[in-house]
Amino acid sequence: MNPIVEAWQYLADPVNWTGENGLFRTAFDGSLRFSQDSILALTIEHLYMTAAAVLIAAGIALPVGILLGHFRRGGEVTVVISNISRALPTLALLTLFAASAIGFGNTAVIIAAAIFAFPPILTNTYTGMAGVDADVRDAATGQGMSSLQVATRVELPLAVPLIAGGLRTSVVQTVATVPLAALVGGGGLGVIINLGFATTRYGQVLAGAILVAGLSLLVDWGMARLERAATPRALRLIAESEKVTAS
Amino acid sequence: MDAVPDNPWFSWDYLSRNSEEVLAQLTTHVSLTLQALLIALAIAFPLAILARRVPALAGPILGVSSVMYTIPSFALFALLAPFTGIGRTTVLIGLVMYALLVLVRNILLGLKGVDRDVVDAATGVGYTPRRMLWEVEMPLALPSIIAGARIAAVSTVALVTVGVVVGYGGLGQLMFRGLQSDYRAQIMTATLLCVALALVLDLLIVVLGRALQPWARRRSA
Repeated sequence: MNPIVEAWQYLADPVNWTGENGLFRTAFDGSLRFSQDSILALTIEHLYMTAAAVLIAAGIALPVGILLGHFRRGGEVTVVISNISRALPTLALLTLFAASAIGFGNTAVIIAAAIFAFPPILTNTYTGMAGVDADVRDAATGQGMSSLQVATRVELPLAVPLIAGGLRTSVVQTVATVPLAALVGGGGLGVIINLGFATTRYGQVLAGAILVAGLSLLVDWGMARLERAATPRALRLIAESEKVTAS
Repeated sequence: MDAVPDNPWFSWDYLSRNSEEVLAQLTTHVSLTLQALLIALAIAFPLAILARRVPALAGPILGVSSVMYTIPSFALFALLAPFTGIGRTTVLIGLVMYALLVLVRNILLGLKGVDRDVVDAATGVGYTPRRMLWEVEMPLALPSIIAGARIAAVSTVALVTVGVVVGYGGLGQLMFRGLQSDYRAQIMTATLLCVALALVLDLLIVVLGRALQPWARRRSA
């Protein structure tokens, strides 16, 4: 049968959304897990894994980036880190962690995703802090602000739009990484695609792909709105006028 | 899982016993990467030039590119597989698409960044639009094009591994099977080869870029 028709049938069946036995199931060790036959449960699990990974990454990258950016040290290090992270395949880190003492499952995926979520936040935070106009910093120091005050009241507010941009990249990238969890025994929407391939139901594969792509685009759109909201009106107008003159 | 008495991460023994298979997957990985990059380059140049000539097309081309780029590779392979089947073709199409997006954007940015005065001067001495493009604008856009090619090459090497979903992931195949059979040396060997391949390719493009821009070398010397 036509995979498009099959995908439509899969997505139109309410049981595929709610699962046959609800959103949660009890694992053999008695712990509560997300059902693997429910689109809703897998979506929630997908978002939870994304949030966990980004929170871990941001928890480290934000303070480090603010500190390095404020003292304008280690700019080369941030570049090297982001270059290495591009050369390292996500699957490599996932399989390495799953084969290590961490073991199969969501923990390995969250740690691996956090490592890939780290560089965009670090680079943007550093660039935002270090890129603040020297005249502005001098003026703040001249008014009697301490180094800490300059960092928190002058540099950080000016860096917020770039930091928001870094978070957006990081979140969107993590939503795209989490589907690979299905290959190492984890959850999230990738499970639908993986099960589809395993049972050669290509309609289900297509449906899973549409769901993952849709979630990514939705999250990207949401993060773009957040990024816009985090940018002060004046800076937004400058950016827009520059865009007009550039094109 | 650690019941196996000895499961080292690094093992020459693994490599010497399985050199044939490792070499076969490495060859697949390299050929897939190069083929994808060459096809992407061949499509990216006409597309970028078109967007440059017809500014009304630049917005839609870049807009569609960035939407496509947001779709995860895992999902893209799954979107293609029902129609293009399991295997090399699906992976190749996916790789070409991602590389294409990076290349088109960087070629276009490079062309846009060419100094107006230089273009005016070239027009003044009688350059035709075609000669202007290939002898003035393209050489000046090279730094941006090379930067794009480096990003495209390094990320393509990494992306090939996601091909395991359709059973054609090059070195990713070794990582995946290493995980299934709990063979750590196999995963580590494939990982190191992948990273090394990306670095070598990156270096080659840098060298090629310098060879293509003799004027930049002379200036820095």
